[in-house]
Amino acid sequence: MIKTTNLNLFYKDFHALKNVNLRIKEKVITAMIGPSGCGKSTLLRVFNRMNDLVEGTRITGDVLINDKNIYCPDCDLTALRKKVGMVFQRPNVFPLSIFDNVSYGPKVWGITNKTTLSEIVENSLKGVNLLEELEGQLKQPALSLSLEKQQRLCIARLLAVEPEVLLMDEPCSALDPISTAKIEELMVELKNKYTIVIVTHNMQQAARIADEVGFMLLGELIEFDKTSKIFTNPADEKTANYISGRFG
Amino acid sequence: MKDKIARWTLLVIAFSAVLALLLITFFIFQQGVPLIFKAGLKNFFSTQWSPTHGKFGISSMIVGSLMVTFGALLIGVPLGLSCAIFLTEFSSKTLQKNLKPVIELLAGIPSVVYGFIGIIVLVPFIREHIGGPGFSVLASSIILGIMILPTIVSISYDSLLVVPGTYRAGSLALGATKWQTVTMVLIPAARSGIITSIILGMGRAVGETMAVIMIAGNALKIPHSILDPVRTITSTIALELSYSVGDHRMALFACGTILFIIIIILNIIATKLTRRT
Ligand SMILES: Nc1ncnc2c1ncn2[C@@H]1O[C@H](COP(=O)(O)OP(=O)(O)OP(=O)(O)O)[C@@H](O)[C@H]1O
Ligand SMILES: [Mg+2]
Repeated sequence: MIKTTNLNLFYKDFHALKNVNLRIKEKVITAMIGPSGCGKSTLLRVFNRMNDLVEGTRITGDVLINDKNIYCPDCDLTALRKKVGMVFQRPNVFPLSIFDNVSYGPKVWGITNKTTLSEIVENSLKGVNLLEELEGQLKQPALSLSLEKQQRLCIARLLAVEPEVLLMDEPCSALDPISTAKIEELMVELKNKYTIVIVTHNMQQAARIADEVGFMLLGELIEFDKTSKIFTNPADEKTANYISGRFG
Repeated sequence: MKDKIARWTLLVIAFSAVLALLLITFFIFQQGVPLIFKAGLKNFFSTQWSPTHGKFGISSMIVGSLMVTFGALLIGVPLGLSCAIFLTEFSSKTLQKNLKPVIELLAGIPSVVYGFIGIIVLVPFIREHIGGPGFSVLASSIILGIMILPTIVSISYDSLLVVPGTYRAGSLALGATKWQTVTMVLIPAARSGIITSIILGMGRAVGETMAVIMIAGNALKIPHSILDPVRTITSTIALELSYSVGDHRMALFACGTILFIIIIILNIIATKLTRRT
């Protein structure tokens, strides 16, 4: 599904990703773990080319999604971002109504028909288990919702443009444990349909929901394997140290 | 104790501002309203302005003020907003740093200078290339439109600047283009600031006197096209106050009262628009 070969990324002259080679499988949850500043978010932003927005970013190596090089010179950036959606650390619902938040993506993509939009909004909210809770409140400002619901709404907003990959950068770090549990449940549900890559600081979270885990350190991908393998019998000593909490 | 003193001092200062406003309001109404009743509403809102002969119709000036103001907004708002959007969203940091002060400098140019430029550049240009006498609604609107630019640009700019970057990222990450992000997320998010900038610009346009006197032509009739000359309420007050006596002088105060009311109504409308959603 997602494949990188000898991926290097520089912010001006800072080497943020070093020779990363990985394969992310379709319709599973892949978690990226590692200490702060090791390049997890940077790696995630490689997949939807959000790093392009940072001035002075340079990339070498290949990144293929569905066997297609996403860094080809005439690649359609917007189409890539539609296919590869992103959930941010803090819920970033727009200061619009709930309905307008979810219908934002479809509208951007040229859907204007009211009934079609309503259907999409309904299905997307259903997809994140919000439809019943928000019945009759779709005109309310999205910012009035609790953080957990806002984060769900952000996910619904992505589902509305029918992505294939969901990138989630510490999606639960702003939430309390109960809300976190609900979002985790949702992610497990969503992996039937979507390929999910999540960055997390929370090792228990990775262990609970991920099928595969990548451990990063100082811009390098140290180890990438099945979750059970990483957590019970890591091949690399650095991984073992990190897992057991000796640094990071 | 210190807190208390500070609190009271500030309260007195704040209150004195309110008091000044109340006094001005009271004074204008007290001076202006009696004449309106003396002349009668029918006379007062007719189009005949001949105050030394007992004709106090100010309709053409009201229409004049409104036309010039909306003309200025028609020019100043799109231009100012595009400018603010360009600066915050589509230009480099260095360009922003250099361009914004330049635009704000426009606010420091005295209005006589605007009027002067209007007379020697704009008025002849309109007369020769578009038609009419040149002194016109169009000329006034263009000059006023430029005069309100700094207000609109700098306040809209500030309100766009404080829109959280995560909104931009969220929108772009959904595959929206930069332009879609601006129109569908950033402008709604910065809406109240943008509307404030328009209100303040509008206030400036309604109240501006000197530049308008110089280029509007000041003819006392309702303009039939934007190329016709026009007289605003403020122009009338400024032009006639020095030699007016008796009822005439009262009539000018009545003009002031109407101006005051117009500004309040425009403000209320604009504030209502902000409150929605
Ligand atoms: N826009 C940028 N310009 C320059 N350097 C950056 C930029 N963004 C990130 N970096 C640097 O790149 C390195 C990796 O950053 P990144 O945000 O990917 O780390 P992370 O693993 O996500 O960390 P965290 O767990 O704290 O979110 C850090 O050393 C950071 O300082
Ligand atoms: Mg990060």
